[in-house]
Amino acid sequence: MAGGMAAFGVTMARAGKRFLSSLPVLLGVLVFTFLLMRVLPGDPAVFFASGPNAGKEEIEVIRKQMGLDKPVPEQLMLYLYDVGRGNLGRSMTTGQPVTTDLRARLPASLELTFAALLIALVSAVPLGVLAALRPGSIIDHGVRLFCALGVCVPTFVSGLLLIYVFYYLLGVAPDPTGRVDIFASLPPSRTGFLLIDFLLAGDIDGWWAAFRQLILPALSMALFVIAPLARITRASMLVSLGSDFIRTARSVGLPWWRVVVTYALRNAILPVITITGIVFSTMLGANVLVEKVFSWPGVASYALDALLSSDYAPVQGFVLLMASVFVIVNLVVDVLYGIADPRVTVG
Amino acid sequence: MTSATLRHAGWILRGNPLTAVAAAGVVLLALVGIFGPWIAPYDPIVSNVSQALSPPSAAHIAGTDQLGRDVFSRLIVATRLDLAIAVSAVGISFALGAVIGAICGYAGGRLDRAVGRFVDVLMAFPLFVLAMAMVAALGNRVENIVIATAIINLPFYIRFARAEVNVRRNLGWVEAARACGDSHISVVLRFLLPNVLPAMAVQMSLNLGWAILNAAGLSFIGLGVKPPTPEWGIMVAEGARFISTGKWWLVAFPGLALMLAVLCFNLLGDGIRDILDPRMRT
Amino acid sequence: MIHSLLTLNDLHVTFSTRRGLVEAVRGVSLSLGEGEMLGLVGESGSGKSVTGFAITGLLDAAGRITAGSIQFRGRDITKMSGSDARNLHGAAMAMIFQNPRAALNPIRAVGEQIADAILAHKRMSRDEARAEALKLLRAVQIREPEKRMAAYPHELSGGMCQRVMIAMAISCNPALLIADEPTTGLDVTTQKVVMDLLAGISAERGMATILITHDLGLAARYCRRVVVMEQGRLVEEAEPRTLFHAPQHAYTKRLVAASPTASSRIADLVTDEESGRSVAIKVAPRPPPAPGTPPLLEVHKLAKRFDLGAAAVADFSMMIRAGESVGLVGESGSGKTTTSRMICRLIDPSEGEISFEGQAIGHIPARDFHRSPFRKDIQIVFQDPNDSLNPRFTAFDCIAHPLLRLGGMRAGTALRQRVEQCADRVGLAVELLTRFPHQLSGGQKARVGIARAIACRPRLLVLDEPTAALDVSVQAVVLQLLDRLRREDDLAFLFVSHDLNVVRMMCDRTIVLRNGRIVEQGASRAMFDNPQTDYTRELVEAVPHIETIFAAAVN
Repeated sequence: MAGGMAAFGVTMARAGKRFLSSLPVLLGVLVFTFLLMRVLPGDPAVFFASGPNAGKEEIEVIRKQMGLDKPVPEQLMLYLYDVGRGNLGRSMTTGQPVTTDLRARLPASLELTFAALLIALVSAVPLGVLAALRPGSIIDHGVRLFCALGVCVPTFVSGLLLIYVFYYLLGVAPDPTGRVDIFASLPPSRTGFLLIDFLLAGDIDGWWAAFRQLILPALSMALFVIAPLARITRASMLVSLGSDFIRTARSVGLPWWRVVVTYALRNAILPVITITGIVFSTMLGANVLVEKVFSWPGVASYALDALLSSDYAPVQGFVLLMASVFVIVNLVVDVLYGIADPRVTVG
Repeated sequence: MTSATLRHAGWILRGNPLTAVAAAGVVLLALVGIFGPWIAPYDPIVSNVSQALSPPSAAHIAGTDQLGRDVFSRLIVATRLDLAIAVSAVGISFALGAVIGAICGYAGGRLDRAVGRFVDVLMAFPLFVLAMAMVAALGNRVENIVIATAIINLPFYIRFARAEVNVRRNLGWVEAARACGDSHISVVLRFLLPNVLPAMAVQMSLNLGWAILNAAGLSFIGLGVKPPTPEWGIMVAEGARFISTGKWWLVAFPGLALMLAVLCFNLLGDGIRDILDPRMRT
Repeated sequence: MIHSLLTLNDLHVTFSTRRGLVEAVRGVSLSLGEGEMLGLVGESGSGKSVTGFAITGLLDAAGRITAGSIQFRGRDITKMSGSDARNLHGAAMAMIFQNPRAALNPIRAVGEQIADAILAHKRMSRDEARAEALKLLRAVQIREPEKRMAAYPHELSGGMCQRVMIAMAISCNPALLIADEPTTGLDVTTQKVVMDLLAGISAERGMATILITHDLGLAARYCRRVVVMEQGRLVEEAEPRTLFHAPQHAYTKRLVAASPTASSRIADLVTDEESGRSVAIKVAPRPPPAPGTPPLLEVHKLAKRFDLGAAAVADFSMMIRAGESVGLVGESGSGKTTTSRMICRLIDPSEGEISFEGQAIGHIPARDFHRSPFRKDIQIVFQDPNDSLNPRFTAFDCIAHPLLRLGGMRAGTALRQRVEQCADRVGLAVELLTRFPHQLSGGQKARVGIARAIACRPRLLVLDEPTAALDVSVQAVVLQLLDRLRREDDLAFLFVSHDLNVVRMMCDRTIVLRNGRIVEQGASRAMFDNPQTDYTRELVEAVPHIETIFAAAVN
């Protein structure tokens, strides 16, 4: 499989190139965050002090500590140095270093987001394909109506209504707070993803309980992004089905499923891959809302609590973390796209 | 707007009743936004604890909240604020984005690359998170919600205008304009922008819906608008506390208001695209 | 008569469109023998491609065969079941298309695509199918076929893609091949190679072939029998020679006259009864310019390099006298468009000088040239009439635009009169002036573009493939119009084209460009009759010349 190895090499080279080219963006993100958090608001020392009622001396100490008496470019270098060492400051609410807090809470957010993305993809792509195969049919109209409505319902409203129906009315969902029942025992933490940890521990009951907790928040987050995903799948499938090479495939008498799957769908999936990156960004944002609605102990609710109590170090850490996650996701999306589309070259 | 355009619009609306309904919905929203305080049946602020948390009835068609305020009246009065935030934010990013994007798309080169980098950096943040951070940094006020929403919208308009101008800049009629004695600036402003604006208007209408959701999301998490000001996002946030005890109307009606507003703008956006596309005129 | 393979009997095809039902094919009857090569000729909208799609069952969802029959080996395929029809398509009949690159799946290796086509009809393993595909790539004479098996369409040239398409089409030895404009969009030299290959394979395998084309010369060169279609009807069927020398139907007469050949002249293009008011004004030959007058345009060692890579144009020198017409020919990528844009001062040259009436204009940046007094003297007509007009301008606005900008006119009666006068000169009815571009036909749009260019009475007109996107009959009228305008205004032309027959007719002198450099230049007729360089000879020979075909047939 020399060809396979070569293709793998090209993909890795591409991933490396892409990573290098995303470094300036990451640097830009750092500078932007720095400007946002330290330069824009009045006095950053007051901002980062223990609270609105901090005394004059305390503010002076903080100013020294943060190097705010130094010129701005030097401050930027100090800031970059701190971030490079993983020092994002300390949260006054929890009293812990922000890095520690974020690390403990990130798996919860990621588990929720990935579960939602999975739900969204496995429902949106078939819906879009079905609609495109029979344009103008009842399925098509149904999918389009669903798409039109889906983007209009805010995540926090659909989350709350899901709670109302499945928890209050039907009683099939557990109490919508947190990742596990308060009295349940947690599995030994290996990945931080509860569904995986429970499986590794062989605790099926625990897994089921965690799954039941996860399903409503994941569903409300997925509902919001199914619409754009299905819409783009339908549109690109229609373009693909109408293109010249499909006519060619039909002209040589290829079987129907091969025309649809190997020829049309594989081409149609390319824009879906691209849009998945954008959808992921939307979902990272929606995390804030969903984690609030379901009291989900993730990084977003942590940052939100901090923000509302004017504790800014966690907010800054959170923003940096989200941007980094998104840059990594874009990198993955890009590599996937490169695998799926041979026209993309290394350069 | 020539009479031919209007006639064409009329023809489109007849053939596309959904757009007509959406347009009517947007007009209704605007009217409610303007006259809201006068048509609301109850005072949106004054509490009436004896009536607290009563479900929808003839007197209070959308029920009352935990302080006994009429939910329906609060929804009506909130329209103005929600629309104002979305419209001004989208207006700012539309104006800035169209001009910056058109110039970059036409000129290319170093300026284009610099702006491209800036846009890349903005787009590297999950946008809602960015808006949140900006409101936190600029101060927790309504104007800052507008600014934050405008900034997170800006990349889309820049990219859109840039791409639309870029595909057109080497077309025959653009070169012809230069051969007819127009300068670069005149080509961008008098030829390219007018051709790009219709597509951007569609984008704007679709974005208005998104901006409404965004602003509501920010106030839902407690940024920007402060209670007791009636606003759809805040109303949902206040109602959220009572959802697990079955007080659905506190969430459902503001949610419905949000949904309908966004739906109208989205459908109208799709409709405008049909109206402004001169190729569909016969 | 040989045994008939395919018989169309009173075929009707109707499309349901936004504006109701449109009948694209209205009663076509024809028959085709085993191994025969038939030319199906017509202009856009004649229904020739739709006929092809109807035969191969590839009509899109909106199209339907409403009457008539298609007998293939004695069976009516319009009444066949889905699975029977699929067994037929690709196996017994195949089709190749215009724009071969788009016709191949962009993300699947071409070897796999050919293998797919084989496996659709034959029971064998994937590896056997690949081996078979490799043989086919050899058969279509692709160099290094082993390497090309793994190539994707974007890595191949247009001509190579068309060979891959041919390989797919012949993979199951069909009895009938339908080639729909197989070489349109390819360069002349590639065109000839692909057509020769196709004709060779058809003859070798005894495969009946229908060549659908807009190019009468191409059909005449490769087919024994040609049928002409107009507006969904078959108007004439004959041997090529009869068709050219004694066309019967009025439309065929017009088409034959309009198709430029090596010996045709501008005046011959449009038959007398058709030409009407745009008949060429017989003007006395121009007196030679007084000795000592500087040439209108002089270009010295012009070069253009874009950001990266080799020079697009290098060492380009030429001159044009007042009233002279100079042709610039070359294949795609030869730099002819870049050169024309530099001379028109829309882009800046990297090196070299351009002078107009003895004054240097090359140093004025293109950015500021709109203020130069010479702006109105150098004008340009663009290739595609569809994108050469601002979609938001009416025809009137388009023509008035240069008058307002360069002619110093203001909106008012004078402007209106001047615009109407321009429209009249290009044969555009005044009532069309209020229309938007999408409401005009291709020929009308071309006229608006020409009217705009001549509105300010330029001295030099750069014509960038002005008729490449037009049907031959429209092209004939437009060429005649351009020639008349040139004589009336003593205009000089820089005529950029890939069509040698057109250039030979329109231009006094011609420059042949290849890879950005001049290969040969000289008086048009002399140069084409007796090319000095191999490249020019290759170009000339690639063009289907009807006279030489007939001469060969006689010998």
